[in-house]
Amino acid sequence: MFVTSAFAQESAPAADTSHAATEGDTHSGTSVPAEAHGTFPPFDPATFPSQLLWLAITFGLFYLFLKRVVMPRVGGIIEVRNDRITQDLDQASKLKGEADAAVAAYEQELTEAKTKANAIGQQAGDAAKAEAETARKKVEAALDEKLGEAEARISSIKAKAMKEVGSIAEDTASAIVEALVGGKASKAEIAAAVKSVAR
Amino acid sequence: MAADKVDPIHQFHINKLIPIEIGGYDLSFTNSALFMVATVVVAAAFLFLTTSSRSLVPGRLQSVSEMAYEFVGNMLRDAAGTQGMKFFPFVFSLFMFVLVANLLGLFPYFFTVTSHIIVTFGLAALVIGTVVVYGFMKHGLGFLKLFVPHGVPVFLLPLVVLIEVISFVSRPVSLSVRLFANMLAGHITLKVFSGFVVSLSALGAVGVAGSVLPLAMAVALTALELLVAFLQAYVFAVLTCMYLNDALHPGH
Repeated sequence: MFVTSAFAQESAPAADTSHAATEGDTHSGTSVPAEAHGTFPPFDPATFPSQLLWLAITFGLFYLFLKRVVMPRVGGIIEVRNDRITQDLDQASKLKGEADAAVAAYEQELTEAKTKANAIGQQAGDAAKAEAETARKKVEAALDEKLGEAEARISSIKAKAMKEVGSIAEDTASAIVEALVGGKASKAEIAAAVKSVAR
Repeated sequence: MAADKVDPIHQFHINKLIPIEIGGYDLSFTNSALFMVATVVVAAAFLFLTTSSRSLVPGRLQSVSEMAYEFVGNMLRDAAGTQGMKFFPFVFSLFMFVLVANLLGLFPYFFTVTSHIIVTFGLAALVIGTVVVYGFMKHGLGFLKLFVPHGVPVFLLPLVVLIEVISFVSRPVSLSVRLFANMLAGHITLKVFSGFVVSLSALGAVGVAGSVLPLAMAVALTALELLVAFLQAYVFAVLTCMYLNDALHPGH
């Protein structure tokens, strides 16, 4: 309070008179009750019996009420909740086990299906390959046959042609001889001559 | 009334509401008694009403009640073990009573029950009385081992026992004075700063401008007092748990 009065002295000139008057009233009012009371109230022994009595009554009733009504109730709520949580956790772990089993079964089935699919694919591939092989062999055989035929024809044509080369040479030779010499050479002579040249 | 407002001690005065006098003792129903009743009613009603739905998934208020319950329960179990749980209702009542009394005291014009040394001393004496009575009931004279620590050389023993006895005797004093002094000092400071606001704003424009500072201080102090209200209830309960642990396990 002495701080307030110090403030008042500082700022009183700045404030107008009516405010200063109010301040004065407040100030004088504050100091009076503080001096009027002799003992500091919390240390006044006259109030002790009454406070202790009422503390005992109120706190005693409070204790009994909490012990009999509130705490069993709150404890019960928490216990029920814990039970429920344990139960739910158990159920959850059970369900998780089931889900895991289902996943494992699914994966096993998937692996089996994959193996099966691979086998089927392999089989189909082998069959197709074998078929293709036989078809190829057939075609190759046919081509070989055709090739042989063609070669035989070519060689017969060649032989025929070679045979004809001799007679053509004889004819040509007899014609040349006729034209150059003017006489006829015997067929045997010409043939012998052609043969010797051809050799 | 305006004058009373600036007197920081006025809030601790005890007024008789219903005068009662028995056998020469003044047992009047005072404002202090009124606020004890209010504390008990508020705390009990809060705990009772918020848990009345017994919801599996608690609402906000039910959570608060459960948190207080489990908070004190864990505190007691940590300090005194599962054996200490027989004192759970006692410690929980103490904690809730002190906490609600402290919090109610923060309301303007409300009386702070815990700002009177006799109230806190009554509670502390109850705690120490429980410790002593239970300690002797359970261990007989073995409870006195509390004052004789293990492994102390014989020539030091008288000194150590003396120190232990003094420390035990000073427990109710420290327990009660800690709570009382914290509440008293906090409320006086709050009142002084709030008083500055009133006195300064009576000085006109400059005063009103200047009163912003003590007002900010009062706001900050209110927050601090809120913390102190909880903290002191917690400290009171924790120390109670530790003292009860001594009653359960007197050997160090």
